[in-house]
Amino acid sequence: MAEYQTVDHDVLVVGAGGAGLRAAIEAAASGLSVGVVCKSLLGKAHTVMAEGGVAAALANVDDRDSWRVHFADTMRGGQYLNNWRMAELHAREAPARVRELEAWGALFDRTADGRILQRNFGGHRYPRLAHVGDRTGLEMIRTLQDHGIHKGIDVHMECTVLTLLRDGERIAGAFAYDRERGRFRLFRARAVILATGGVGRAFSITSNSWEYTGDGHALAYLAGAALQDMEFVQFHPTGMIWPPSVRGILVTEGVRGEGGVLRNRDGKRFMFEDIPENYRAQTADSEEEGWRYTQGDKDARRPPELLTRDHVARMIVREVKEGRGSPHGGVYLDISWIKERLPNAAEHIRKKLPSMYHQFMQLAGIDITKEAMEIGPTTHYIMGGIRVDGDTQMSTVPGLFACGECAAGLHGANRLGGNSLSDLLVFGQRAGEHAARFARNAAAVTIDAGEVDEEASRALAPFARASGAEGPYQVQESLQTTMQNHVGIVRTAHEMERALGEIESLKQRADRVVVPGNREFNPGWHTALDLRHLLIVSEAITRSALARKESRGGHFRDDFPEKDAAFAGFNHVTRTGADGTMQLTREPIPAMPAELAAIIKEMQS
Amino acid sequence: MTAPASAPGAVDAYTAAQAVQDASVGHGARSFRLWRGADGSGAFTDYTTEVNEGMVVLDAVQQIQAEQANDLAVRWNCKAGKCGSCSAEINGKPKLMCMTRLDDLPADEPVTVEPMRAFPHVRDLVTDVSWNFRVKPRIQPFTPRAPDAPDGTWRIDQRDVERVQEFRKCIECFLCQDVCHVLRDHHLHDEFIGPRFLVYAAALEMHPLDVADRRSELKEDFGIGYCNITKCCTKVCPEHITITDNAIIPLKERVVDRHFDPLGALVRLVRGPRKP
Repeated sequence: MAEYQTVDHDVLVVGAGGAGLRAAIEAAASGLSVGVVCKSLLGKAHTVMAEGGVAAALANVDDRDSWRVHFADTMRGGQYLNNWRMAELHAREAPARVRELEAWGALFDRTADGRILQRNFGGHRYPRLAHVGDRTGLEMIRTLQDHGIHKGIDVHMECTVLTLLRDGERIAGAFAYDRERGRFRLFRARAVILATGGVGRAFSITSNSWEYTGDGHALAYLAGAALQDMEFVQFHPTGMIWPPSVRGILVTEGVRGEGGVLRNRDGKRFMFEDIPENYRAQTADSEEEGWRYTQGDKDARRPPELLTRDHVARMIVREVKEGRGSPHGGVYLDISWIKERLPNAAEHIRKKLPSMYHQFMQLAGIDITKEAMEIGPTTHYIMGGIRVDGDTQMSTVPGLFACGECAAGLHGANRLGGNSLSDLLVFGQRAGEHAARFARNAAAVTIDAGEVDEEASRALAPFARASGAEGPYQVQESLQTTMQNHVGIVRTAHEMERALGEIESLKQRADRVVVPGNREFNPGWHTALDLRHLLIVSEAITRSALARKESRGGHFRDDFPEKDAAFAGFNHVTRTGADGTMQLTREPIPAMPAELAAIIKEMQS
Repeated sequence: MTAPASAPGAVDAYTAAQAVQDASVGHGARSFRLWRGADGSGAFTDYTTEVNEGMVVLDAVQQIQAEQANDLAVRWNCKAGKCGSCSAEINGKPKLMCMTRLDDLPADEPVTVEPMRAFPHVRDLVTDVSWNFRVKPRIQPFTPRAPDAPDGTWRIDQRDVERVQEFRKCIECFLCQDVCHVLRDHHLHDEFIGPRFLVYAAALEMHPLDVADRRSELKEDFGIGYCNITKCCTKVCPEHITITDNAIIPLKERVVDRHFDPLGALVRLVRGPRKP
């Protein structure tokens, strides 16, 4: 019999980034007992890293903006694989969620008349991102954290969920361990909200921290829920690449929003060379026009550097592959050039992009007001995730909800920058509301003690194995290399089949890893336990990517380089089959209501 | 979109280019002395690991963890100076491991890394910082004035936003708490909230929309008087927040105005409390 402490909540939230905190605040508002479990300390989740801003059609800077334009931009960016209901709700509700944040103490940068200022970002037709310099994520998570601590929410810091528990078909809670002492904790809950973020640690080069091991995705999958769109991983075009130790760290798209340009080794602005058909009408045809756009000229069209992230990342890879890259295998991102256009350019850059200035100065010894940055793509975000109902955010398992990055639907095949922070707010709120409603109407749950014991034994197995086998870090690194090399920005069937074979053998290796030491704050043990989740999401990504024999959004196939209409009408869905293996199906996307279809048609011009 | 040319062996081109570069980076062995042990007892353990150009202390610690000491306890998250998780004492100085470059430390001696000493020790480089999370909810929360516009929004001048931005940059690394002698040497955790939460209180007090008055609690419950402005906190702040000059001293002045101003007290008695 495993020893564990039992904790009861009406609603349990897993994850304390923007989505988890917003969900918890909403669920607690109805007077229920709400618990939040997070792998790190409160306020350290990846939301803190978001730099550019939160997208909401406030129309403070350009009054032509509206939820309808935001909806159409999101659908175009997602190449129409999006859950259109989520895209609609997101565009309609984001402004209210941003204003609410201000009422809770967030301080955004202002327009001349004192309203919330908005900046340009890739794929957004009008300036739409509310921001605070380049540290919007910190402002957002701190505001939610500081508001949430007065709402009677129980926060279980440094606690990691091992498995979700069910009572028949419905969710019943979660089994977890605390990092500090390694003790088990059983959470009984009538509703569970997953808000665990992404899967970046499945790749070698990533902007994500150690936490992002696909926990929510894998926990939901193991509990019988469906995953969707797992082939769509976003490789952010601008990560740091030099020195090696900083590789992957994000360089905000805000640099390009403020006028930064991409150049190759020969000093050429290569982004002008290839502009996708569906963006041609909105893209500047001269450097002059692009510059005017970044400076707020409403008659100018956006520079090609602000095309969607998938396209910019592939263009950078093309330059490097064809031998026009920078010395360290990337290209140049230059904001210092604006000194030719602006008086006090250095001061302007330091004010608009303070953390970028600091980051490059400290870590790379580069003064971005004087020199160009060297950048290259980095694994940043997964559009795919837990399949949810667009209105309630409930997964295919009753009582199990998901919001934020670990949920699928809003972003389709590619996410627009700035739509993530608004996603967290809009769907965090919705998940909290609907999970609370579900919990209020649900009967008490019963936990299967045998299942808990089994899970406890599995978790402790790495300590019990004979020595001599390898440690967890070696297996994690092998998996990262496999995914980076074979299921990265440019994919082929041959490479991905090889990856599937390697994932199979890595599963065996993961089952044999040995961990030294004891259960108290032991990162080796935690890494060993994370491997199961990383392997599940890696397999789901690879199988979905192999089956999508076309190129669309974040998914690029070298063997099928064109978009194919035959793949336009469905999402890939992965579930556990009856025999325990991963099953992939095509789920048709329901037809859009006439009102939404008309908006898309109208905005196509 | 033009398809990138297919590369033989098809390792993604970006990764391949990186690998070539990595091979050309200068490498060398370097010595580290890391604090190992649990719950207060422990000792330095020596490690040697290969380092290369541009590495930070956290890189070396993680490399040692992956290759030599899988159970080495350390906190980290963003690795970019934005989350404030990897606070430690490096060569005796409180710093973020992720923002401390090895080439900024003396090359001829081992790099020592210890946990923050002002908090109870848990294991290796990890301390129990939970006290900080208990202090914050004691401070009166943000309380906005009524909205300025009929649509429920406010009009705020950018200059008023900028005045408090400095305090809102805080990443809660707690290095300022670690060096504060009131906490570190005198252990007055029950009477003094420390520089981090004085900065937090200042951010609220100077927030352009906030109407709460925290002066009394700052004096009576949060011990602002214990701070004697040695500025140690300002020196270690990785976000370069001018903690003492811009946050604590103005707060002290407000508290003094509130408590030692008989004329003001008379006015308040007649007109009711008012924000400065």
